[in-house]
Amino acid sequence: MEYQAKELFAKHGVPVTVGTVVTDPADAAAAAEANGGKVVVKAQVKVGGRGKAGGVKLAQDPQEAVAKAEEILGMDIKGHTVHRALIAPAADIAEEYYFSFLVDRANRNYLCIASIEGGVEIEVTAVENPDAVAKVAVDPQVGVDDAKADEIVAATGFPAEIADEAKSVIKSLWDVFIKEDASLVEVNPLVRLGDGSLEALDGKVSLDTNADFRHEDHAAFELVEDADPLELAAAEKGLNYVKLDGSVGIIGNGAGLVMSTLDVVAYAGEEHGGVKPANFLDIGGGASAEVMANGLHIIIGDEQVRSVFVNVFGGITSCDAVANGIVGALQKLGDEATKPLVVRLDGNNVEEGRRILNEANHPLVTLVDTMDGAADKAAELAAANRA
Amino acid sequence: MAIFLTENSKVIVQGMTGSEGMKHTTRMLASGTTIVGGVNPRKAGETVSIDGNDIPVFGSVADAMEETGADVSVLFVPPAFTKAAVIEAADAGIPLAIVITEGVPVHDTAEFRAYAEAKGTRVIGPNCPGLISPGKSNAGIIPADITKAGRVGLVSKSGTLTYQMMFELRDFGFSSCIGIGGDPIIGTTHIDALKAFEEDPETDAIVMIGEIGGDAEERAAAYIKDHVTKPVVGYVAGFTAPEGKTMGHAGAIVSGSSGTAQAKKEALEAVGVKVGKTPSETATLMREILERS
Repeated sequence: MEYQAKELFAKHGVPVTVGTVVTDPADAAAAAEANGGKVVVKAQVKVGGRGKAGGVKLAQDPQEAVAKAEEILGMDIKGHTVHRALIAPAADIAEEYYFSFLVDRANRNYLCIASIEGGVEIEVTAVENPDAVAKVAVDPQVGVDDAKADEIVAATGFPAEIADEAKSVIKSLWDVFIKEDASLVEVNPLVRLGDGSLEALDGKVSLDTNADFRHEDHAAFELVEDADPLELAAAEKGLNYVKLDGSVGIIGNGAGLVMSTLDVVAYAGEEHGGVKPANFLDIGGGASAEVMANGLHIIIGDEQVRSVFVNVFGGITSCDAVANGIVGALQKLGDEATKPLVVRLDGNNVEEGRRILNEANHPLVTLVDTMDGAADKAAELAAANRA
Repeated sequence: MAIFLTENSKVIVQGMTGSEGMKHTTRMLASGTTIVGGVNPRKAGETVSIDGNDIPVFGSVADAMEETGADVSVLFVPPAFTKAAVIEAADAGIPLAIVITEGVPVHDTAEFRAYAEAKGTRVIGPNCPGLISPGKSNAGIIPADITKAGRVGLVSKSGTLTYQMMFELRDFGFSSCIGIGGDPIIGTTHIDALKAFEEDPETDAIVMIGEIGGDAEERAAAYIKDHVTKPVVGYVAGFTAPEGKTMGHAGAIVSGSSGTAQAKKEALEAVGVKVGKTPSETATLMREILERS
């Protein structure tokens, strides 16, 4: 979110006025007072287009700041509830620029994208006026040294009188990108104020969670109340879960196979009244009874779920362990398990896995041989159980 | 022949003495891989006995290469140490480094990938299952007993989808199956694998599996159009993935309108690649091609 990005900017010397975060409109008056009286009240959500959605409002004085904060706090922006508003001084803007560093997947290095025509969506500028957008590749082994910063300043076309300051801001933003292990650092707009100085007026930083092991402070950026409660519960159990809107719960092993399972269920669902997958859940390699029970527990906790499809290809995982996991999980869950389970097992030790499930003969479990057939069965059951 | 890995490959394992390293070294040996050593500076000079094979442990990749003539390294090194391990392997001049480790910071990968390229080391991964040339050698964690040697080449971003496709076409068999990994930055791309399969006389047809995120499949499609004469069938996972959510793999994310499965499918179909709706349908498409020829 913006205020978090600004905190990281401030930490690395990027010129920025963080402002004050409020969660209660009553606090907006004091916050406005502390930020110069005339302020901007900005919704803090992890989604773009806040201005257009009415989530950014100017307030002339502390009293108006309270009124604007009342309007903004609690509003819904593209499905995100606004829990926080940032009260920041109204800036005297002379010019607006765009600036970003990002991981360039295609070229497998870093890319700086910058434009002196900022303040609007960079994607629009890039299409309508591509010459106004500078793209400068950055070698991961060299980084942004003086020469590279000079190159970026020149390519962007920053006015000569602010070239030195722009160079310094660029090097500070590079520090944010590298030292915080960010995959994206974006400033939009980077503004030139009336007095000629530069300031990062709004920004976005995407942090690489793979690097959390060397950034203990990054955990504080995860905001519990903004997360889906089921996703939160899954994360606590170490499960890789994403909540979706459908009615067929999905459990599988391996990210690619689970993604594929969602697609195959949606495809089969077209024949059953448009039934869709309810979630992504990758239980990874070790499909023990405990992991399976944790996974099933999360999925059964989703009120929209009408059937569950367990799709496992035993590569390293052995199917008998998965089968025992399913049987054990159903025992563990007892009366909580009420939804039909369609299971498809293939691969390592599949005969033994199927034998275990057939022998257990659990009334909720249907074993189907193929992935496409099992997806069809799960979709059919979800459609039949629709409330 | 096969690609990148043959019956003559001499494999060392960086991180062999850890639990994952031991488990998979045992499996690789069982599937016939020539494992000539492990690397662990703290256990240099020791010997590890696995199922009757005495595997020497060396203090560095350079020592291991000098003593054994190793030309492939498989890495089971924790994420925090992966960058240093790949750089060490590249400095030693190893031709191929296969990075199995999941969870490597993308800045580390960006650095070691560029470094390795400059040193002439091919990197596969990170966050990948590795590479198997059935009946010849197996470097990584791909199960060896799913299928046999044959004339289909397989390149995939996903581990379990690789296994699924090997299983679907198990009666035909494969020349090589390569899992390139699902991270935003990877060492060996779809295009690198397509090029190698096109040049490999033991490969007749190619299955390419992609997933949401980035534009690697679109670029692969452009490459196929100009450079690949062998038949290619494709599969793309993630049609139902919502925008802005990472689906398991760090690189599997739809950002705005870019990186969608639909766009990838259309790009592949536009150059004549048949794309299956499900893994099984994809296998059927390949089956039709193989049975015709």
